[in-house]
Amino acid sequence: MTNAAEHRVTQRRVLRSEWTKLRSLPSTAWSLLAAVVLIVGFGALYCLVRVTRPPRGAANVAAFDPTAVNLSGVQLAQLAIGVLGVLLITGEYATGSIRTSFAAVPGRPPVLWGKAIAFALATFVLCVPAVFGAFLVGQSILSAEHLDTTLSAPGAARAVLGSAVYLAVVGLLGLGLGALLRNTAGAISALFGLLFGLQIVVGFLPSSWSDHVYKYLPVPAGTAITTVHPDPTALLAPWAGLGVFCLYVAVVLGLAAWRLGRRDA
Amino acid sequence: MIEARGLTKRYGNSVAVDDLSFTVRPGVVTGFLGPNGAGKSTTMRMILGLDAPTRGSVTVNGKPYRQHAAPLHEVGALLDARSVHPGRSAYHHLLALAQTNGIRRGRVDEVIDAVGLREVARRRAGGFSLGMGQRLGIAAALLGDPRTIILDEPINGLDPEGIRWSRSLLRGLAAEGRTVLVSSHLMSEMALAAQHLIVIGRGRLIADTSVDEFIAGAARNVVRVRSTDPGAMTALLHRPDVEVTRDEDGALTVSGLTTDQIGTLAGAAGITLLELAAQQASLEDAFMDITRDAVEFRAPTTTGAPQ
Repeated sequence: MTNAAEHRVTQRRVLRSEWTKLRSLPSTAWSLLAAVVLIVGFGALYCLVRVTRPPRGAANVAAFDPTAVNLSGVQLAQLAIGVLGVLLITGEYATGSIRTSFAAVPGRPPVLWGKAIAFALATFVLCVPAVFGAFLVGQSILSAEHLDTTLSAPGAARAVLGSAVYLAVVGLLGLGLGALLRNTAGAISALFGLLFGLQIVVGFLPSSWSDHVYKYLPVPAGTAITTVHPDPTALLAPWAGLGVFCLYVAVVLGLAAWRLGRRDA
Repeated sequence: MIEARGLTKRYGNSVAVDDLSFTVRPGVVTGFLGPNGAGKSTTMRMILGLDAPTRGSVTVNGKPYRQHAAPLHEVGALLDARSVHPGRSAYHHLLALAQTNGIRRGRVDEVIDAVGLREVARRRAGGFSLGMGQRLGIAAALLGDPRTIILDEPINGLDPEGIRWSRSLLRGLAAEGRTVLVSSHLMSEMALAAQHLIVIGRGRLIADTSVDEFIAGAARNVVRVRSTDPGAMTALLHRPDVEVTRDEDGALTVSGLTTDQIGTLAGAAGITLLELAAQQASLEDAFMDITRDAVEFRAPTTTGAPQ
C-alpha cells in the first residue's frame, strides 16, 4: 500500500529484471559458453585442417581467405545463440511464467525489449573476445604455412567485429521468432528455415533471378559484414548487408511486439 | 475492490465465462467457488488483464488492470504454482519480479521469510514440491504489498500445517483492509477460510452471498425414519411442505419436519419406530447439488436424437 508513482513500471526497471532473469538461468550461461567454445574451437580446428592441406597454385592462394577460415566457427555458434534466443521467451510460455511476467508488466512489449537489449548486449560482450580470440589463435596456426593475415589488413577488423554483431542479431532473430510463435519447436524450425532454407529455395530459381534475390536473403545479407572482401555479384556491401539483415529482424520483433500486446497470454 | 460487469469470454463456440457480474469487497476473504472447468481461472486471468474479455469489463481498485502504472502494488496474484521457470531459484524469480516494479531487494527476503522458504530460496524452483511452489506463488503475490490479492487454488498441494497457515494468512490480509479473492473447488476449505462466497458453474454466477447465508440456505436438514409399517408412515406424513422419499431398505427420508414432530405423530398413530435420526446434508453435498444443477441446466442433451 505504498505510493504508486515511485514504483511505476519503466523500461529501465524491466531491463534490469530481464538481466536478472538472463543471468540466473544456468542453461543460458551454458549455451553462451558453448557458443564461445564453438567460435574459438571450431575456428582453430578448421585452420589446422587448412594448414595440413594448404592451397596450391596462384589462383587458389589468391582465393584463400584466412579471416573466413578462422571465423568458420561463427556458422555453428549462430545455431546455439539463435536457439537460445528462441528459448528465452518460449521457455516462459512453456512454463507459464510469461503470465507472471505480463502481470508485473501489463504493457507487455517492454518485456520483449528488455529481453532483446539484455540478450543482445550479453551476446555481443561475450562474442567480441571470442571472435578476436579465434582470430589470434587461427592466424597463429595459419602462419605455419604463411597463410595468415593481420587485423590491420583492410576489412579484417571489421569482419571480425562484424561477426560478433552478426551473432547478436541472430540471437534477436531467434527471440523475435520465439515471441511471435510462442512455441519452441515451431520457432526453432522457423529460425532454421530463415537461416538455411531460404538459400536452398532460391537455388531452385533460374540463375538470372536467384543472383538478384540471393544477396537480399537474411544470411547472405547478414554475413556480408563478416566477409573481408564481399564479392559484389553475390553479396551486398558489408554495412548495407547488415542493415538489410537488421531490418528483417526489426520487422520480426515489431510483429512479435504487436501480437504480444493483443493476444491472450 | 474488484468489479466485474457482464464479463464474458468465448473460445470459438464454447463460452468459458458467461455474463458474470460481481463485486469483491475489501476487508473480508471472498471465496471463488466452482467445479473444475467452471471458468474460475479464466475469470482471474481477465481480472489480471492477461486475457481480454469478449464482452463486459472488470476493474481492480477502480481501473482496468492494464492501466495501473505500478500493478504489483495494486494487485498481487498467484495463478499457477507451476508457472516458475524450473531452472531459476526462488530468490531470483522473486527478484526479477520485484525489479519490474521498483521494489527494493530487501522486500524479496521479507516475503521469502514470510512464507517460510528461507532454507530453499537459493535452490532451483524445478525441484520444489507443489506445496513449496504454492508458498513461492504466495510470496510473489505479497511482494508489492498490494491492496488486492488474488490466489487461484492456493491450497492445492499444501500439507495440513500449510493449509492452516494459509487460512490465517488470508484472514490476516483481509483484516488489514485488503481485498482477498481466493478460488477453490473445495467447498469445505472455503467454508473455513472465507467469509463471503462467489459461486459459479459453467461460467455463470450461481451465488454471491455470505458463507453463513449460503450454509443456511443450502444445507437441507432431513430425518431418516425406519418403522414397522413404512406405508402407514408415509400416509401419516403426507401433508403440505413435507417431502417423503422411500429408500431401498424401507426407511423414509423426510424433509420439512423435525424428529420431535415425527416421533409425536408416530406415537399418536401407534406406529412403532425403529430408527429416528436427524441428518444434516454436508455443505460439500449442497455445493455439489447446486453446481450440478448448473451444469445440467446448460449441458447439451446427448440422448435427444431427432424423432
